[in-house]
Amino acid sequence: MITLEHVYWLTGLMTGGAAIVNARDRSHPRWINNTAFWGLYAVTFLFGSRLPDVVSGYLVLAMVAFASVRGLGTSGGESVTQEERGAGAERWGNKLFWIALLIPAATIAGTFLFKSPAFAPHVDQKQVTVISLAVGCVVAIIAGYVILRPPLSAPITEARRLLDSIGWAAVLPQMLAALGAVFAAAGVGTVVSTLAQQWIPLNAGWAVVATYTIGMAVFTMIMGNAFAAFPVMTAGIGLPLIVGKFGGDPIVMSAVGMLSGFCGTLMTPMAANFNIVPTALLDLDEYAVIRVQIPTALMLLFVNTVIMNFFVFR
Amino acid sequence: MNHLSPGSMLTLVGVLIVVIGFVLRVNPLLVVTVAGLATGLASGLGPLAVVASLGKAFIASRVVAVVWLVLPVIGLLERSGLKERARTIVSRLAFATTARIILIYMAIRQITAALGLTSLGGHAQMVRPLVAPMAEGAAESRLGELPMKTRHLIRANAAAADNIGVFFGEDIFIAIGSILLIKAFLDQNGIHVEPARLALWAVPTAVAAFVIHGARLLFFDRKIAREVARARGAEPRSRQERQ
Repeated sequence: MITLEHVYWLTGLMTGGAAIVNARDRSHPRWINNTAFWGLYAVTFLFGSRLPDVVSGYLVLAMVAFASVRGLGTSGGESVTQEERGAGAERWGNKLFWIALLIPAATIAGTFLFKSPAFAPHVDQKQVTVISLAVGCVVAIIAGYVILRPPLSAPITEARRLLDSIGWAAVLPQMLAALGAVFAAAGVGTVVSTLAQQWIPLNAGWAVVATYTIGMAVFTMIMGNAFAAFPVMTAGIGLPLIVGKFGGDPIVMSAVGMLSGFCGTLMTPMAANFNIVPTALLDLDEYAVIRVQIPTALMLLFVNTVIMNFFVFR
Repeated sequence: MNHLSPGSMLTLVGVLIVVIGFVLRVNPLLVVTVAGLATGLASGLGPLAVVASLGKAFIASRVVAVVWLVLPVIGLLERSGLKERARTIVSRLAFATTARIILIYMAIRQITAALGLTSLGGHAQMVRPLVAPMAEGAAESRLGELPMKTRHLIRANAAAADNIGVFFGEDIFIAIGSILLIKAFLDQNGIHVEPARLALWAVPTAVAAFVIHGARLLFFDRKIAREVARARGAEPRSRQERQ
């Protein structure tokens, strides 16, 4: 049966490949740091499921050390020149788009295909989307080899180039998920919602609604994830006050409350995979995407508060 | 109303570290790691147990990194001229302005997400290889060489449209994670709801998100033109390096 473990092996092979390309590239100013960083990352994918937790923990700390002491770097040049890429664009034309769109297309097709009776017993049904994405990438690589006929090593040297330019941001979402788990275990959520109850006057319907929507956004900004904020805020403020005390509709409250959390997601560097990773991918200042999103997020948070206030007590 | 012991306030030390770290712009990976270690220690775990819990959580969330499997393909296509092709295509479309391209992408992203097709976009898969080069190319073919600052603003807007589209589209689909999470949470608290009704109440916000961000995008083309004009005025013969 195909499970997430196989997808992790594939990811491990890619990051391991990036480590090897870095190790062989002595012109790279930071080849030691980069090799160690991607090499250790590869270990967490290839063997992570079998390592004791403490060992994984030290691997992670070592990765962080390599990423922060002197730090990671990128090797100077592009693999091919601007002219060669221009010529490639002329030569291959829209075939390049079709190969790129093959990834999402194969992912979608996979999610349906792998749920069908013929495939269902062979694919972990809980992880169909992720497995489909991996399969989509493999299909697109094969198509790329067949159509573009690049050197055999091209995909991995190109992956190295992109991974190096993303650098530590590639690992940040995972690290934040780990932080969220530590926060949850330490009870940070309860402390925050208790503080909110103590300090904010909650004796009018609209005040409770505003506390809940703004609280969802702020707490999501702290945790980096509306999913982590939702149970805490809803158990702390939503259910006892909006539903319990003021008789509000739990459906409107939950749906709009979650979306208020999403407004917070748009404004926080803690939501790294949405806000920081794209800046690494697009070569931008760390907060560039957040700056664009903040006005929309604030206006939408206001609209959410109005919507909830209007409909939750009908 | 329960009262907080000083000890429980100590668990907020991680939040404090994160806020200070991000404000001072220390390497976020380092900030988050230190915050995790500090929170663990503050909550009374031993040092080894803290390292172990960090390692366990890191391994358990490897799934968020699987998206990097697109990089070999994207890299290969970029090497073969994907971005250049994207720019050429938009320069031939008369109606294609930067704002319109981003707006159309956001609409597609939101609608497909509402149908449950959230994997039909993303920063690595779509924004870097296609949407951002197209949006930049459109401005370039109308205004000529762009200042670096304007290029960056266009790219940031392409990435933001992807986020806003998917966030406020996906909740309309009943089988998405957040709807299932809400349902599971309410079930635990003895409130049983239909996922379809939760999804229905995501619609007003979805419409508002599109209207608000779409309206901002309508002014974006003019903003770009102004920025370019100002940059030209400041140093008329400035030739920025490529990209």
